[in-house]
Amino acid sequence: MTRRMHLAAHFPGVNNTTVWADPRSRSQIEFSSFEHLARTAERGLFDFFFLAEGLRLREHKGRVHDLDVVGRPESLTVLNALAAVTDRLGLAATVNATFNEPYELARRLATSDHLSGGRAAWNVVTSSDAFTGENFRRGGYLDRADRYSRAAEFVATARELWDSWTPDGVPRPFAHRGRHFDIAGEFGLPRSPQGHPVVIQAGDSDEGREFAASTADVVFTRHSSLEEGRAFSADVKRRLARYGRTPADLKIMPGVGVVLGDTAAEAREKAAVIRRQQTSPQTAILTLEQIWGVDLSSYDPDGPLPDIDPVAEPSLTRGRTRRGDTVAIAEKWRALSREKGLSIRQTVIEAGGRQSFVGTPAAVAAEMEEFVRQDAADGFILVPHLTPGGLDEFVDQVVPLLQERGVFRTEYRGTTLRSHLGLSEPPRLPLSSAP
Amino acid sequence: MLHLAAALDQPSVHDADPYVALARLAEHGGLDFVTLDDTFARPGPDALSVLSRIAPTTGRIGLVPTVTTTHTEPFHVQAAVATLDWVSRGRAGWRIEVSRTEGEARLFGRRHSAPADALWQEADEVADVAARLWDSWEDDAEIRDEATGRFIDRDKLHHVDFTGSAFSVRGPSIVPRPPQGHPVRVIDATDGPARRTAGRHADVALVRAASSAQATAVRDQLRRYAAESGRDPDELRVLASLVVDLGDGEYAAEPGHGGGGPRPTAWGPLYRGGPVDLAELITSWYQEGTVDGFHLVPTEPRRDLERLVNGTVALLQHRGLFRTFYPGSTLREHLGLARPANQYAGETS
Ligand SMILES: Cc1cc2nc3c(=O)[nH]c(=O)nc-3n(C[C@H](O)[C@H](O)[C@H](O)COP(=O)(O)O)c2cc1C
Repeated sequence: MTRRMHLAAHFPGVNNTTVWADPRSRSQIEFSSFEHLARTAERGLFDFFFLAEGLRLREHKGRVHDLDVVGRPESLTVLNALAAVTDRLGLAATVNATFNEPYELARRLATSDHLSGGRAAWNVVTSSDAFTGENFRRGGYLDRADRYSRAAEFVATARELWDSWTPDGVPRPFAHRGRHFDIAGEFGLPRSPQGHPVVIQAGDSDEGREFAASTADVVFTRHSSLEEGRAFSADVKRRLARYGRTPADLKIMPGVGVVLGDTAAEAREKAAVIRRQQTSPQTAILTLEQIWGVDLSSYDPDGPLPDIDPVAEPSLTRGRTRRGDTVAIAEKWRALSREKGLSIRQTVIEAGGRQSFVGTPAAVAAEMEEFVRQDAADGFILVPHLTPGGLDEFVDQVVPLLQERGVFRTEYRGTTLRSHLGLSEPPRLPLSSAP
Repeated sequence: MLHLAAALDQPSVHDADPYVALARLAEHGGLDFVTLDDTFARPGPDALSVLSRIAPTTGRIGLVPTVTTTHTEPFHVQAAVATLDWVSRGRAGWRIEVSRTEGEARLFGRRHSAPADALWQEADEVADVAARLWDSWEDDAEIRDEATGRFIDRDKLHHVDFTGSAFSVRGPSIVPRPPQGHPVRVIDATDGPARRTAGRHADVALVRAASSAQATAVRDQLRRYAAESGRDPDELRVLASLVVDLGDGEYAAEPGHGGGGPRPTAWGPLYRGGPVDLAELITSWYQEGTVDGFHLVPTEPRRDLERLVNGTVALLQHRGLFRTFYPGSTLREHLGLARPANQYAGETS
């Protein structure tokens, strides 16, 4: 039997892949932009629409980062509004488990699931720095193990709350006492239309993978080449058995870009233009500064890489995921630059390349199918570089080909996100102990 | 001009459609705004979520959810309210409330309940920091300047560096300044401890008063507090909040009701009678200069709102006391309130 793939749409925004300078680029904040992209995704019969979250504006050299898109609306509120202008599309919100409380967030998510008729999803992220914490009451910082232990208890607690009403709609008292939370009372809402909102995980550490295996329905990953995807997928799915789960219970969905052309050469050319747009001269220098950890503003983006070594613990940039061993990265980049004779900007473009499907619609459809067939992914989260029209071509040109190949749905069978993803409704937890 | 608002509260309703139907009805009547109450203490959906769900299905009416300040994160609250303003294109309000009970505190497990004075002191700080965060982006911060590669002018973004008694926030907000600058802040100022906060921060104060004299007294005090905090008291709208039961519409009002005024009950002053007598009461209080308008809380939402719109409102329109169409598109415009200046504009960050 052919495997069906799942597709989701990422609203492009606060990241260096969004090309805001393109004349077709519209508002990153007005509702009309979200509406256009969500309607396009639903027209393409996508599984869900995805919003990222950041709770502190990124800073570079002590000032707000100003080169990429800055600012976005709050996820759940936008998605609730989108529920009014879509019928079937799943609506996935990234919401931090470190800077929220289970009762309140479980209630907001359950409300969304009720209001959308069972289309809500929650991408559980944990944030990694005290920098973000400066915006919150609970403040501060939890190290990675504690963040994931809190996140796991958070999701477990939310599930207790979601299941706390009896099947005939009577609220029952709950009491949860654990390492992170000690709460009791009655939850505000009956079980929601798909049982529980779908849980998504996006984090790559060992703790993150374990959390995904134990808890998530979907993993959003950056491992998007065929080989990396196969390895990642195998690793995460191998962990499932430990939790009594099977590979079908967890969908792995890398984020990918797609560039289409009438010929392969045209598509490659377009992709090169986009990569240049994504990496302005200023962005190239800034990217380098993030790795080197020192001011490089006097360097020429069209000149060679600096031959000084990076500082070990760069702190110029805050609010962005760490890049790992910066000395090693710098070494690699310098080698790349020497070998191919690349300038700073060209090196950043070359080294920062993300996996994209680049080609004719037919070639892209075939390649996407290959990924799924080879267990490198269960589907894809498309990250267009343009707002809000960045999915129009894909939906018009690639989706029909995927349908012809029999690897993508031709209609929504069910009404809930779980039904699109082929996930069963979670069994009701046994009614919890009264306080 | 008279201002009118109505509550959409419906017990045990979690689906969108019944709220959409009522909001559309209220919009059909040209009301300034609808409210949806909220508390963690009783069953029901999250009010701000419900009103965001309604936003695209309505075009003009203001949307005012209750969002509490006691157990919530100020940073999240301001972002959600600003986003409601974005998705409704300038129709968002925020009814600020506190969580009083130990039962609500137990749902969070972070701290115990506190006296009303302390809770309102904190709410005051939350209102303050929210306004700063809404201003933390100047309106023209987004520049998309290709020559310099800059999406924003970061001199127009500001840290707020707020330290309150129970929290601190560094800022700026993640959400650009919303269409109304500041979404409209509504506070029920019936209880004493809420009044100073209302005087300082509210654009609209609700007063549950059973008589015109009682409403006048509270209104005078609120206007005084507003002036003391450096505001123009004319920038504060005071609405009398009444529970209305229009079930006896075919008959004359009960003795002591209608023309005689509402009766105090445990839920607040209750008006029971017909839509025509309600129009009389509204007309007389309004013409005495008691209040700027009314916030009406139907006991039977579907039935009462229908009678309110087709009976009471129609009559008030006929008398020239209430609008027959929306001349503006934002809630501030309906209320005749100016768009606030940005407190950081001109500063460098
Ligand atoms: C593909 C992907 C997307 C992510 N999106 C977000 C996001 O929108 N907001 C956020 O706060 N963190 C986001 N994260 C960060 C992770 O959720 C996680 O908090 C972080 O990577 C630290 O966890 P780790 O140590 O397991 O990697 C994302 C991570 C990945 C891999």
